Amino acid sequence: MIEGILVEGLIYGIMVLGVFISFRILDFPDLTVDGSFPLGAALMVQCLLMGMNGWLALLVAFAGGVLAGVVTAVIHNQLRVPNLLAGILTMTMLYSINIRILGNRANVPVLKQETILSQVTERFTGIIPDDYILLVFFVLVALVVKILIDLFFHTDLGMTLGAMGNNEQMVVSQGVNPKTLKTIGVGLSNGLVAISGAFAAQYLGFADVGLGQGIIVSGLASVMIGEFLVLKSNKIGVLTICALAGSIIFYAVMYLGRYYGYLIHMTPSDLNLIKGVLIIILLVLTQAKKFKRKVAFKPMVAK
Amino acid sequence: MIELKNVSVVFNQGTVNENQALSNINLKVKEGDFITIIGSNGAGKSTLFNTIAGTIIPTEGAIFLNGRNVTRDPEYRRAKYIGRIFQNPLLGTAGNMSLEDNMTITHKKGFKWLKRSLNNKMREYFKGELVQLRMGLEHRMKENLVMFSGGQRQALTLLMMVLSKPALILLDEHTAALDPKNAEIVLELTDKFIREYRLTSMMITHNMSHAIEFGNRLLMMDKGEIIFDVEGQAKKDLTVEKLIQKFHELRHKTFENDRTLLSED
Repeated sequence: MIEGILVEGLIYGIMVLGVFISFRILDFPDLTVDGSFPLGAALMVQCLLMGMNGWLALLVAFAGGVLAGVVTAVIHNQLRVPNLLAGILTMTMLYSINIRILGNRANVPVLKQETILSQVTERFTGIIPDDYILLVFFVLVALVVKILIDLFFHTDLGMTLGAMGNNEQMVVSQGVNPKTLKTIGVGLSNGLVAISGAFAAQYLGFADVGLGQGIIVSGLASVMIGEFLVLKSNKIGVLTICALAGSIIFYAVMYLGRYYGYLIHMTPSDLNLIKGVLIIILLVLTQAKKFKRKVAFKPMVAK
Repeated sequence: MIELKNVSVVFNQGTVNENQALSNINLKVKEGDFITIIGSNGAGKSTLFNTIAGTIIPTEGAIFLNGRNVTRDPEYRRAKYIGRIFQNPLLGTAGNMSLEDNMTITHKKGFKWLKRSLNNKMREYFKGELVQLRMGLEHRMKENLVMFSGGQRQALTLLMMVLSKPALILLDEHTAALDPKNAEIVLELTDKFIREYRLTSMMITHNMSHAIEFGNRLLMMDKGEIIFDVEGQAKKDLTVEKLIQKFHELRHKTFENDRTLLSED
């Protein structure tokens, strides 16, 4: 059971990293995620059904996610639509597109085809205990993604993206077009979300248009749980590991809710309520934490 | 260098709130000029800067930068040549990033690519330059800028802007939000950098003695017009009293003109 929880947390962790980039680094509340997650899943499944190599299919899913993000950024930048609405528009349009990609069906299974996961399982059977093959694999995948993100935000471009989320005027003053930066950032974020969706589809064995419903809320909750783990840090390496840890904790709670919720007469449909309440509690706690810090600081200043 | 030809800016054109912020401004800034600008609130000083920097597109007229028409260029494109410091000391730096990261972003203008230019050689270069501020910041390279005071951040913004070697710098009351001691330090640094790097600069100030003390040329603005433009020896001979007298004289004259206009009507 524990490996199942961890695998789920790691798969969705890639999505959480994407949400972390848009919400926290770019300060761009991007709701495209609800559409780009199933987009990644749909592209992956459809490519596999066409007989494409799994890794190539993953690349297609990533490209699709990036494109979705770029559409949101362009709607926001060029048509001057508020970022929240731009994301909702893309997300809504993606619902229809995802059904088209799945061949006018809402749910397509991918059980008989060879997937990245089936290849990996086959390759390592006997070397690693069966139950742990996927866990080891996803730990590696999540780490690679995390390290790539860390490296990206250490480059000049990555740092400028970080500065934009903090102070857009500064970026403009440096002669950089903030619109270009937003397009890159939101594109990258949704590319990651689509990769997460692609892995989720392989893990679950199907792609479903409903896969992305409420995913942004889960992602945000995970990011906030992660932020709760450490005091403020400006190290991107720390922040990304926190986002992953937050994801694992959040999905563990959801997993337990799904399997043992019946003990307290909870049904899976109650989970969305739980997610919302969880975020509200986290918001209140964060504010209380800030307030406490301020109060504790005052006497020191008075001295 | 930079030239404004018949530049006018009207806000809310065609409504009851119509406001002529700049009217028919003609200004030629020569290379190496250090211009101080004074004027009461609403005189159009900040609008003038916004128009030069590209935040506002003028309603009429044209702006030339080194002979090239830049009237319709967006702000980020002009920012490659124009450095600007605002009154708010937080606007020039990213608070949630470390000092060295901030300096890496600002040391060169223009789009940033997927390379890492921050290395030990750069760190040494940054430290060497930071010593000029004499604030001990060279020992705090890894600290987030939220930990720095407003004066330190403004001094830093100034240094970072100077290092990117802009063709023109715009200082929009950049010491007004600082305490007197820090304001003085930042102003001294400003003067030092402008001399050392021979920067073409324009500085808005509310302090008349500063306007007289610094620079080689002085502009006085009122109601969207440049009412007084003095440079060279004449500028050196100015005193606060003379300036106030001049100001009253000019304002009185316009006032009288208005009255005569009204009576003729």
